[in-house]
Amino acid sequence: MNSRTSMQSGEARLERALARGPGGRAPSAQAAHAAERLRARIVADGLADIGYAPVDSPFGTLHAAATRRGLVRLAFPEEHPDAMLERLARRLSPRIVQAPSMLDPVRRELDEYFSGSRRTFEIALDWALIGPFGRRVLRKTAAIPYGAHLSYAEVAAEAGSPRGARAAGNALGANPIPIVIPCHRVLRAGGNLGGYGGGLHRKRWLLSLEQGDIGPSPG
Amino acid sequence: MSGNARVPFQRFLDTHREEVWRFLVASVGANDADDCFQETFIAALRAYPRLRAGSNLRAWVLTIAHRKALDAHRGRARRALPVAEIGALENSGEASRSTPASRRARSLHPEGSAGGAARPVDGHDSELWQAVRELPPRQRSAVALRFIADLPHRDIASAIGCSEEAARRSLHEGLAKLRREVAA
Repeated sequence: MNSRTSMQSGEARLERALARGPGGRAPSAQAAHAAERLRARIVADGLADIGYAPVDSPFGTLHAAATRRGLVRLAFPEEHPDAMLERLARRLSPRIVQAPSMLDPVRRELDEYFSGSRRTFEIALDWALIGPFGRRVLRKTAAIPYGAHLSYAEVAAEAGSPRGARAAGNALGANPIPIVIPCHRVLRAGGNLGGYGGGLHRKRWLLSLEQGDIGPSPG
Repeated sequence: MSGNARVPFQRFLDTHREEVWRFLVASVGANDADDCFQETFIAALRAYPRLRAGSNLRAWVLTIAHRKALDAHRGRARRALPVAEIGALENSGEASRSTPASRRARSLHPEGSAGGAARPVDGHDSELWQAVRELPPRQRSAVALRFIADLPHRDIASAIGCSEEAARRSLHEGLAKLRREVAA
C-alpha cells in the first residue's frame, strides 16, 4: 500500500470515528433524561404556555390541555393528540409541553364526575378558543344544572339569538371542552337526543350518569 | 395568526434532543453537556413563538447549542488556566511545539513513547473526542456540526457566523489537525 492510499484510508477511518460520535449512534438514555429534566423545569418555572396530559375515562383516554388560565381543551379518544397540539400551537402558542401536574385538578374532578360523586366542576376554564357567539351559547350551556336539559332553541334564545337554533347547534358541536362545559345537556325539542361531537352513545351514557345510572363503559 | 413555529415545543424537543445532546457531548464533554443542553432548549423556548413558520428547526437549535458550547468553553478557560501555568509554558523550551493534546497525551501515558505520540482512533474514542474538544473554537464546531449533527456546509456557516468557504476551511483544518494528533 503506498502512502497516499494509506493516508486516505486513515482519513476515512477518522471520519467514520467522528461520525460515530462520542457515545455511538444509538439513542442515548442520557439525552432522554436531559430532555425530561428540562421538561420538568419548564413546567415548574411556569415557562410553558400550554401543558397537556392524557386523562383516563370510561370513554378511553381523553387528552386535556391547560393554559395558565385553566382548562382550554378536552379531546375525545378519536382525536389524535398530535393533531390537537398542532391546532393549539396554531391558535394559541407553540410553547406546549407535556405537563401531567398542570392537569391534576382536571383529572381529579373528571374522576369524581365519572364515578357519580361530583355534580359541578370547579376547575378554571380558558375560553380562548371560543368565539363571541360560541361564548354566549356555551356560557348558557355551562349554567344548565346537572341532570337537567335545554333544547337547542332554548339555548339559542338565552344566548340572544332566538332564531339561531342551528347556529347554536354548530357552536355546541365546536365546544372545545366537552363534558366540563356540558353540551350533552342540550337536546332537540321533544326529547330527541340531537347530535354529539363525541358520539351519541356517549351523550346517552352521560345523560343516564346524571340520572344516577352509571352504565358499563360505553367506550 | 402570525407566522410562528407550528411545531409544539414538546415535539420539537423530542425530535432534536438526540442530536443536540450528541453535539454537546462532542463539543464540551459529558460533564458540561447537561448544563448546555438545558440552556440551549430554555433559550429556544423563549425565542420559539417568534420563529417564522418553515424555519429549519434543526439548524436553528444547533446554532443555539453551538453558542452555548462556546460560552461553556470560555467559562472553563477562565476557570482553568491560572497565570502561573501559562508563564511556565512560555518559559519551557517545548512550548512552541506543545499542544494541549500532546501535553495530556504524555500525562496520560507517562511510560509511553515520545511526547506528542499519536493516539489510536479506535479503542479509546474518548481520546479522539478530547482532541476534538481541544481544537480552536471554529474548527471544533465545524467538525462537530458536520460529523455529529450532519449539517451541510451552508448551515454550519450560518451557525458559526462565517462564509460557507470559511466553514469548509475550518472543517478541513480541524480534520487535518485531528489526523496529525490521532494515529490513523
